[in-house]
Amino acid sequence: MKFLRQAWAVAAKDLRSEIRSKESINASVAFALVILLLFSFAFDPTSDQVREIAGGLLWLVFAFAGTLILNRSFARELVNDCLDALLASPVSGAQLFLGKTIANFVILMAVETLALPVFTVFYNVHWTQSIGLVFVVMLLGTWGLTVIGTLFSAMTVNLRLRELMLPMLVYPMMIPALMGAIQLSSVLVAGEPVGAENQIWFRLLVAFDVIFSLLALALVETVLVG
Amino acid sequence: MPAVAIQGVWKYFGDYPALRDISFDVEPGSCLALLGRNGAGKTTLLRILAGLSRSSRGQITILGQDARAEATRRAVSVLGHGIGVYDELSAFENLQLFARLYGLTDPAKVANEWLERTNLNRVRDGLVREFSRGMRQRLAVARTFLHNPSLLLLDEPFTALDDRAIKMLQDLLRAALADGRTVIMSTHQLREALQLATDVALVNRGRLAFRGKRTPEMLEDPTWLYRHYGEA
Repeated sequence: MKFLRQAWAVAAKDLRSEIRSKESINASVAFALVILLLFSFAFDPTSDQVREIAGGLLWLVFAFAGTLILNRSFARELVNDCLDALLASPVSGAQLFLGKTIANFVILMAVETLALPVFTVFYNVHWTQSIGLVFVVMLLGTWGLTVIGTLFSAMTVNLRLRELMLPMLVYPMMIPALMGAIQLSSVLVAGEPVGAENQIWFRLLVAFDVIFSLLALALVETVLVG
Repeated sequence: MPAVAIQGVWKYFGDYPALRDISFDVEPGSCLALLGRNGAGKTTLLRILAGLSRSSRGQITILGQDARAEATRRAVSVLGHGIGVYDELSAFENLQLFARLYGLTDPAKVANEWLERTNLNRVRDGLVREFSRGMRQRLAVARTFLHNPSLLLLDEPFTALDDRAIKMLQDLLRAALADGRTVIMSTHQLREALQLATDVALVNRGRLAFRGKRTPEMLEDPTWLYRHYGEA
């Protein structure tokens, strides 16, 4: 309970800071909307081909917008040496990591929720029947992206080229989660039911989330302190 | 049991040894002035003591435990070069956050008490980004003391403080020492540090050049130590 309470204190602090500064959310919402808009001009939204690639496009936009949020996650702790103050406190690396992951997850989910109606309109998608499943896929996929992204944000926080290094390191690691989320989203965009043959992608997403959450919680203390 | 026991500590940055075989103890209730020129290794040593970095070799125990043990971090406080408070939070929110992280029973009450003690209660709800440098430093001091630490690790604590804030910090440190707490501070402001110090350690190019009691000669002439044990 104490573990979760202190993790929540870190998450609430990050969310409050973000609500006041809006530095990550503004950049990432603007990026997501512009990319969705530009691609809608590049393709005919009524064609079947667009339906096939729309799931992939949606998740690539989420992944790119996500790195804008994740890049700031630990970097904002460098101002005034706040990271040292946090690490010197009794909060463990795992609590700090969990708090930051929760905050990043909430911010990225907010960006995705804003981008989703735009995507629906511009790509002529009818998924009102399956909106519940769409949100389940978004929750699982987004947790996977934020867990990996937050861990690598901690790893790259002291690098001079962290804005470049984070995407280079994190995207290859995200591939399994992205594959699962893209496959499921493509099925839902096409208006097809998620049959037994697609259950494997759900299982992949859940397994990715569980395995990488546990790994990150175990490794983050070493990542932060050495 | 010493408050801090340092035995054969080395720290390498790549091939460069920033600390070379440092060994000394700090007794409970003492105030150690950790002196040395720029780049001598003072901050590196303080960061290792604070559990913010690990030594490459050697052993450190703080209050009988590992520097990264949760119980140790609960009993230790660090004031480094940065103030360690958030610009986007108010003074009250910052102190409440750290009171929560230290597991204090009534974070809001403790935060209000320290805002009053540091004369920041009038700007309680103001965002730190709007504060003057002196106000930010006072808030950092409040953050450092709010959980009643047994060991205070201060890196250049008097830097950027105005005379009133220096007096406030000195008073708080005197009160902490009178309470039996231990203080280790690295500083270039020799006079202020030596007035408070009971002990002195001089680090020169990563090596311990002197460790002993603060003597009247040091107080009369703060550069005495450098002339006798450090680089001229």
